[in-house]
Amino acid sequence: MTNHWRDIKHADVILINGANPAEAHPVGFQWFVKAKLDPTKGPGGGGGAKIIHADPRYTRTSALADMYLRIRTGTDVAYFGGLINYVLRNNLYHEEYVRYYTNASFLVKEGFAFTDGLFSGYDKATRSYNTSTWVYETEGDPLPGPAGTTQAHAKRDMTLGHPRSVFQLLKNHYARYTPEMVSSITGIPVDQFNAVAQIVGEMGKPDKVMTIVYAVGLTHHTTGGQLIRSGALLQLLLGNMGRPGGGMNAERGHANIQGNTDHAISWEILPGYLRIPAPGQKTLDQYVAASAAKKSDPNSWNFFGTNYKNFMVSLLKAWYRGAAQPANEFAFDFIPKPAVNSSWMSIYDQALKGKMEGVILNGMTATSIGPDSNQVLQGLSKLKWLVIMDPLPTTSSEFWHAPGMDPSNIQTEVFMLPTTHWIEKDGSFVNSGRWSQWKEQVIPPEGDARHDHWIFADLFDRVKTLYRQQGGKFPDPILAMTLDYADTKKPTLDEIAREVNGKDLNTGLQMTSFANLKADGTTTAGDWIYTGSYTPAGNLMKRRSGISDPAKNDPTGMGFYPNWAWSWPLNRRVMYNRASADLAGKPWDPKRPGIQWNGTAWVGDVPDYPVNMDPKDPAAWLPFIMNGEGVGRLFSNSMNDGPIPEHYEPIEAPIPNPLHPNQSEDPVAFLYDQAAGRPNRFGKVDKYPYVATSYRLTEHEHYVTQHVPLLVGLQPQAFVEVPQELADEKGIKNGDRVRVSSERGKLEVAALVTKRLGPMTLAGNTKVYHIGIPIHWGFVGISTERYPELAKNWLANALTPFVGDANARTPEFKAFLVNIEKIS
Amino acid sequence: MTEITRREFLKLGAAGTAGVALVPLANPLGFDLAAAKKRAVEMRIAGAKEVHSLCPYCAVGCALIAYTKEVNGKTQLLQIEGDPDSPVNEGRLCPKGAAAMQLATSSRRVDKPLYRAPGSKDWEPKSWDFMLDKLAQNIKASRDNSFVAQDANGNIVNRTEGVAFAGGAAFSSEEGYFATKVMRTLGIVHIEQQARV
Repeated sequence: MTNHWRDIKHADVILINGANPAEAHPVGFQWFVKAKLDPTKGPGGGGGAKIIHADPRYTRTSALADMYLRIRTGTDVAYFGGLINYVLRNNLYHEEYVRYYTNASFLVKEGFAFTDGLFSGYDKATRSYNTSTWVYETEGDPLPGPAGTTQAHAKRDMTLGHPRSVFQLLKNHYARYTPEMVSSITGIPVDQFNAVAQIVGEMGKPDKVMTIVYAVGLTHHTTGGQLIRSGALLQLLLGNMGRPGGGMNAERGHANIQGNTDHAISWEILPGYLRIPAPGQKTLDQYVAASAAKKSDPNSWNFFGTNYKNFMVSLLKAWYRGAAQPANEFAFDFIPKPAVNSSWMSIYDQALKGKMEGVILNGMTATSIGPDSNQVLQGLSKLKWLVIMDPLPTTSSEFWHAPGMDPSNIQTEVFMLPTTHWIEKDGSFVNSGRWSQWKEQVIPPEGDARHDHWIFADLFDRVKTLYRQQGGKFPDPILAMTLDYADTKKPTLDEIAREVNGKDLNTGLQMTSFANLKADGTTTAGDWIYTGSYTPAGNLMKRRSGISDPAKNDPTGMGFYPNWAWSWPLNRRVMYNRASADLAGKPWDPKRPGIQWNGTAWVGDVPDYPVNMDPKDPAAWLPFIMNGEGVGRLFSNSMNDGPIPEHYEPIEAPIPNPLHPNQSEDPVAFLYDQAAGRPNRFGKVDKYPYVATSYRLTEHEHYVTQHVPLLVGLQPQAFVEVPQELADEKGIKNGDRVRVSSERGKLEVAALVTKRLGPMTLAGNTKVYHIGIPIHWGFVGISTERYPELAKNWLANALTPFVGDANARTPEFKAFLVNIEKIS
Repeated sequence: MTEITRREFLKLGAAGTAGVALVPLANPLGFDLAAAKKRAVEMRIAGAKEVHSLCPYCAVGCALIAYTKEVNGKTQLLQIEGDPDSPVNEGRLCPKGAAAMQLATSSRRVDKPLYRAPGSKDWEPKSWDFMLDKLAQNIKASRDNSFVAQDANGNIVNRTEGVAFAGGAAFSSEEGYFATKVMRTLGIVHIEQQARV
C-alpha cells in the first residue's frame, strides 16, 4: 500500500478491483465502511464516501458497495483505460498536478509507435521488445548520474500540447477505450460504466480524493503488472497519489508477505529493492550504473539512484564485514548473478528439466500453490531432495503419497522439519500498510519444533564446517559471512533486527536514517529501508501508543499514530506525500493534509522531502524524489510489455481481443512450456467454454487452516460456485457433484448454485459465464481425512495454466478456461 | 433477551459496580446474571499475563492480546483476543483471527523431524542431528554439482543453480532477512516467496 488501512476512511470514492476485502480482509474493511458511514466526519472526512466494486462475483464487498459492476476477470485495464479516456476527453484531470507532478509534459522521441496491438520494437521470435524507442527526447547538456554516468535532460512542453508529449500520447492511446469498447471487453453495461465514470471524474478536483484498492485479483494475470499500472495512471491523472485517502493500495494476503518481500526473498532483488546484479557487472560502479535510476531533470533529486551505492555497500558490509573491503569491491563477487529469470515457476520448470536438485519449502506448499499442480507434482518427483519447514503437514510434505502417486517410483528424499508457530517466537510482521509491528513470544516452542532461523543458522554452520573440512566450490562467502550474534547457532531476532537497521562502524551506534549511509565501508545496513527502525532509542517497532489516547497519540488527527509500531520508510505513513500539497506547499485539501509547508519546515506526516526545503526555492526538488524524472510516470520504459498499459486477453480467453484480434494476448507473456520445448497446454472455447477464476473464503487462509477444526467446521468441503442460469442449462442442482476440467487437470467437488455469478454479454453478443473456484482444499487436512473418497481431486490449482506475467512472471491464477459437467 | 457483546457486557458490568445504589435500574441485564457472567470471564483470565502478538493470517496486521498463565512450570495459553488499542483493528478480529488459539495450540503438529528415504512408502522419525547433517551434505553436494563460477562469457557469476529456497510469508521479518542472507551466501539464485503467487 502507498497508504495504510486506517487511511482508507479519508477517501471520497473507493474503487475496488480484483479484491474482496469484506471477505478476505474483513477487519481492514471496517475502514471502508467508516469512509462511507461515519456520520461525525462528513463527506471527505470519513463519511459519505462511495464504494464502487468491480468483480465477476457479487460478494459481501459488493453488498456494501454503492455500485457493483460485473466485470469479466482480467479486463481491468479496459475498465481503467475507459476511465482514463473519460477523464482526459472531458478535461477532468487535476490540471496543476498533471502538469507539474507527472511526466505528462515530457516529450517522447520520434519513432515510438503503437500499431495493431504492438508497441514499436517487437521481436516475434524472442517474444520480447527492444525498448530503445520508448525514451524521452533530450536537450541541453548531459546531467550527472550515479556512479559517473550521465543522462541528458528530457525535453518538456509545459503546455502539454506537443503531439509527442506523454499527455498527447496518452490521450491518443486511450481514445480507443470508448464506453462501448469498454463494455464489449469487460461485459459492464455502457450505462453502468458511464455512471461510474461520472463519479470518478469528480475526483480530479483538488479537494476530492479517491483510493484504488486491489489484491491478487489484479496481479494474478499475464497482464498483472499493467493492470496495476493502469490504476496508477488514473490516480496520477486525478492527482490522488501521495494524498491521505488516495493512493494505490494492495491488500496483501499473508501476515508477513510484505516484510519478507522487503527483505528480498525474491529472486530479482536484494534487501530494500536493490536489483540483483547481472552477469557482466564487474564492479560496484558498473552495477550501480546498470541498476540505479538516472536523473532526467535538473530539479529531480533522484534520491534512490543517488544513494544506490551507499545502500549496496552498507548491505555488503552487513553481510561480509571484514571480507568486504574497497580493494575487492566490498565482496561484490560474493553476490550470485543469475543468468535468467529464477522466479517461482522457474523452480519447477528447472526441476522438470532435471536441473534442480534440491528445494527448500518454508511455510509454502508448492503442490497447492501451483499453478498446474499436476505439473508441479512431476517437478517435485524429479528432485533429489525436498525440505519442508512447517509446523503442520502440507500437500508438499505428503506429495510422494498423494492420490495417484506411486511412492516406489519417486526417488525424492524428503525432510520434514517441524518449525515453531508465530506465537512461539518474537519478531516483526509488516502489514499491507508497511507498518512493522513487533510481537512478543507468547508460549515456548511445542515439543521438538525449532525456530526457522535457528534451523538456517544450524544448517549453515554444518555446511560451513563441511567446506572447511573438505573444501569445495568457492567457499569464500560461506566462510566470510558475518555472524555477529552471541550464539551463532541461535541468533536472537532482536540481534537480527539491529543488523537490519545497521550501524556506524566507527562509533558502534545504530544508524538513525538511511540518508547517513555511506559507500566507504564505514556503515552497515542489512536493509536500508528499515534503517531508522532500531535506533539508539531502541526497537521502534515495539511502540504501542494507540487509540486509547488519540489527542496524544494522533497529533495530526489524520490517523497516522506515529508512535504505534514503525513504518518504512522513516516512519512515513503515506508514501510520496510531497504530492499531497500544491507547488507552494499548501495541502490540496486542507481538511485532509498529508504534509504542509509552514514557512520554515514541512509538518504533518514524516515528509517525503527534505524537511526544510522551501518549495518556492527555484532549486527545490520535484515532488517524487525516488525516481529519475522527479515526477509520477504516466509513461514508463521500465515495463517489458509497453510504456502505456494496453488491454490484452488472458492466455485462455473466451473472445478475441476486440481492440486488436490479431494480437489478442500479451505479446510478452512468458510461455514456460513452449520455452522449455514442452507442448503448450492451453484450452480453447470449443472444449472449455467457461471462464474460471479462483479466490479465498473468509474462513480459510490458503491451506494452513485445513488443520483448524473451528474453521473446517465453518467451511468443511471443497466446492465451486456455478451461476444459476448455467446450472439450469446443465441440469446441475445445488449440492450435486461436478467435474470441472481444464486442459491441465480436473477438480471433482460439490456445486454451489448461485446468483452471485451470472451471464455477461461481450463483443459480438457472446454470452459468457464465470465459474468461481475457492482455492483452499487439497489432500491434506481435517476435511480430507473425513471425506477421503470425495477428496481425491480437490486441488484447485490442478486447473491453472503454467504461464507467467510479462513483467513479474506471476501465474495467471485468476483467468482461465474450463468445462463443467455433472458427475452422475 | 437480546445478545450483548462481551465488551458491552464489561461496560455494563462496570457501570453496575460504580452505581450500586441504582441497581437494578441502571443494569438492563438484571444483576444476578451480570455478576455470574462477569465472574466467569474473570475466572478465565484471572491472574493471567497479557502478552502482545499479531494475527498470523492475512496482512491487515490485527494486534492480539494473548493471556497466559504458568501452570506447573509450563506456560499455558488461555485466550487470544483483539487488542482494543490498535489503530489497525481497534480490537476487532475476523473468524480466522478469533480462532487463532486453535492454530496456536493445535494437536495436529508434526512433533518430531520426519525423514522419507527415496522410494520409501513411509516416514521415519529421526533426530535433528540426523536430519541436519544429511541435509548439510545434500546442500553442499548439490551446490558443488551445480555451481557456476564463471559463465560462458568469462563473467564471474558465482551462482548455485541446482538449489532453490521458497518461503517466508508466515514467519518474522528478521527470520526472512536471515534466510536471504544465508541463501544468497550459498549462491542461490532461485529464491522466492509468496508475493508472486
